[in-house]
Amino acid sequence: MLLKFKDDKAVYIQLAESIEDDILREIFNEGEKIISTTEISVKLKINPATALKGINILVDEGIVYKKRGLGMFVVKGAKEKIMLKRKNGFFDSFIVPVLGEAEKLEISEDEIVKMIKGAKANGRN
Amino acid sequence: MSRIEINGVTKKYGKTTALKNVNLVFEANKIHGLLGRNGAGKTTLLNLITNKIFPTEGEITVCGESAIENDKVLNTMFYMMEQNIFPKSTKVIEAFRWTSEIYKSFDMDYAKELSARFELNTSKKIKQLSTGYKSIFKAIATLASNAEIMLFDEPVLGLDAYHRDMFYAELIDNYSKNQKTIIVSTHLIEEVSNILEEVIIIKKGRIIKQESVENLLLSSYTIAGENSKVDEYLKDREYVGVNGIGEFKKAIVLEKNINKDINLANKLDLKFGKTELQKLFISLTES
Repeated sequence: MLLKFKDDKAVYIQLAESIEDDILREIFNEGEKIISTTEISVKLKINPATALKGINILVDEGIVYKKRGLGMFVVKGAKEKIMLKRKNGFFDSFIVPVLGEAEKLEISEDEIVKMIKGAKANGRN
Repeated sequence: MSRIEINGVTKKYGKTTALKNVNLVFEANKIHGLLGRNGAGKTTLLNLITNKIFPTEGEITVCGESAIENDKVLNTMFYMMEQNIFPKSTKVIEAFRWTSEIYKSFDMDYAKELSARFELNTSKKIKQLSTGYKSIFKAIATLASNAEIMLFDEPVLGLDAYHRDMFYAELIDNYSKNQKTIIVSTHLIEEVSNILEEVIIIKKGRIIKQESVENLLLSSYTIAGENSKVDEYLKDREYVGVNGIGEFKKAIVLEKNINKDINLANKLDLKFGKTELQKLFISLTES
């Protein structure tokens, strides 16, 4: 769970993304219960309405669901769903800025590929 | 429903006008932030709501009833005042007992539990408490009051970072367990910005904004980059709070987030960001 919010996005979106991260890292497993909105708001010191809004994004996207009186649970297949969504955004969020910065610094495509392979070999991924 | 309505309220002290034609609604069961610079009229407004002073003009209703000399209404509110209301020689525990006699919903066990957690010695006299512990004592009394409406005036005055953190966490926990209307007046905005649902910005006795934090932050954004390029972007746009270091600068653009010109920003190599409540507040309340 993230502890500090950045100033580039609304807090509830950052909250939803951080729970998705936790599902990807299997901190919250499919079929299991996630942290409650009250716990989230107390721990992160955010308004309960904001916490609820973040959770509702995940409900709308079919990543978590509510069991009445029991809490929020991770949907089966949620991890794959998140991965698919993130992969679609990967090009725009990561590749495009890398290429843009590389162009400014006159780093060639070959050099970029070499860097990526080098980082993988060094276990820096 | 613990909703507070303020209609056309003006408060004058002699020739000084502390509040001028204030129209406000504090919706029930939300956490409201009352933000303003020193002397803007925050405390005057809280004093008026709780019937400590009377408006020169206008009317205030709580749950649809006038608060003036109305015990039923006044007992639904607990006001953590900046000034001390108890005689100086009163001990903390005695003050809790007095409070529990006036406020039937006061939870003594909770007050004691909070005192232990904040390490407030309840057998000490109030006057012997440090500034920070005076604030803690009043905050605990307010939280334990279980009132439907809680008003906090500068609740973290003199508190260290650790105790401020504890207070905010407790406030949210208390609110989550039992929804109530909370008004927090403060000038430590960044710390409370994520806690608040609604903000009221007051400047020189006038309300200049009342909006949800979310809408307020979506109604502006920041732009940063090279000086001349930022200037080009800002041309024909309304903006505040320009801040620069060397060749670079950043400004708050007063335009809806969805209307930002992404193509132009990309062309000019500019970066967008989310407005911080504190920075927006400073820009809006500059004299």
